[in-house]
Amino acid sequence: MSDILQLVEPMIPALRRYARGLLKDATAADDLVQDCLERVIAHWHHRRNDDPRTWVFAILHNLAVNRLKQMSRRGEHLPFEKLDESAFARQPTQEDNLMRRDIIQALEQLPEEQRSVLLLVSVEDLSYSQAAAVLAIPIGTVMSRLSRARERLRQILENPGQTAQGPAAHLRRVK
Amino acid sequence: MSVKPITEDDLHGFVDGALDETREAEVSVYLETHPEIAARIDSYGRQRLDLRAVLNPVAEEPVPSRLNLSHLVEMRKQSRPSLWRMAAAAVVLLAAGGSGGWMLHGIYRQSSEGMVALADEAVDSFATYAPDRTRPVELRADNTAELVDWATERMGRKPVLPDLSKSGYRLMGGRMISTSHGAGLMLMYDDDRGTRLVMLTRPMVADQNKPMAPHAQGNIKGWSWASGGMGYSLVGTLPADTLHPLADDIRHQTETGA
Repeated sequence: MSDILQLVEPMIPALRRYARGLLKDATAADDLVQDCLERVIAHWHHRRNDDPRTWVFAILHNLAVNRLKQMSRRGEHLPFEKLDESAFARQPTQEDNLMRRDIIQALEQLPEEQRSVLLLVSVEDLSYSQAAAVLAIPIGTVMSRLSRARERLRQILENPGQTAQGPAAHLRRVK
Repeated sequence: MSVKPITEDDLHGFVDGALDETREAEVSVYLETHPEIAARIDSYGRQRLDLRAVLNPVAEEPVPSRLNLSHLVEMRKQSRPSLWRMAAAAVVLLAAGGSGGWMLHGIYRQSSEGMVALADEAVDSFATYAPDRTRPVELRADNTAELVDWATERMGRKPVLPDLSKSGYRLMGGRMISTSHGAGLMLMYDDDRGTRLVMLTRPMVADQNKPMAPHAQGNIKGWSWASGGMGYSLVGTLPADTLHPLADDIRHQTETGA
């Protein structure tokens, strides 16, 4: 059990960051990380995966997907107004602030499957094959989701006027 | 020059720094001669940096203590029942099953007597009635005489309806509720921001006198105590520290018959 501290503890900041990127709400994200760590502790001796990082991220990812499904079934969504104060702790400059809101709003409009690939690769620095292991999909699928995610994000950021009619905006209204 | 054709995957590998040097150089050359594609790749690169800038502060925050891995490991060690204890529990269950269902029923009943049961009933009442926007209480506060008569008749004891207005909570009213230990009186309070509190009181069989103790079920916190054969439980979604003085006030009022 002592190796768990050595191997998993350094991942916790990154796990919190990934959860926050998927869920936005700081408390909900940390709840998820706590749940994940409890599972990691419970199943540590039974893991079959050689790479603890992808194993732990996979557990967190699956919990996040379940939580997001639950939220959309209940018609919950986290309003953006809440994000600026609570989701990101530091006081940013005005310009930072705009950029942050834009990119986070754009990210929010991506389907979950594209968002998670983008976060794992761009922010968590997982290799394409590690991302494939976390998401339990072939590398080819990682690449095509990544490509769609980046292109969609670019269109949202470069044509901000059209985003209101985007499919994600419509989905978020569904109760 | 015969270069392997540049693929979309190469372009993403370029953005993520995942290519070997040779391939990276080939993509660079390609982008120099294809400005539209270069602009797209440039935008992807900026997205990557922006996402990192937005999310990195999260990873720099101090890790909250509830995510302290050493604590979590320790908690698991404590909560995991030992094999011996599980075996012992199995023996008890077998014995109970062998001597008939009624005995098991008795064991079950016993474990949920007293303060634990009272707190559970208060939490259940809160969960059921506090979110009710149509009819949270049966008799409103303008009808307290009738509410007191009703409760006196059903419980055999005349209840005190505590006044929490000094703390900013107004009595909305109440209703009789059924518990597995007979009829109980539920009172509901709210403040001007719509925060609701529930107090449950009923005669006690077990735990006739018990000091006040806190309890929590998810986000519903409470304080329960028993005095002179009556049990009291105040519950709400406020922090336990905030509820405590209110519970003290209620105890004072019920004991002095205010």
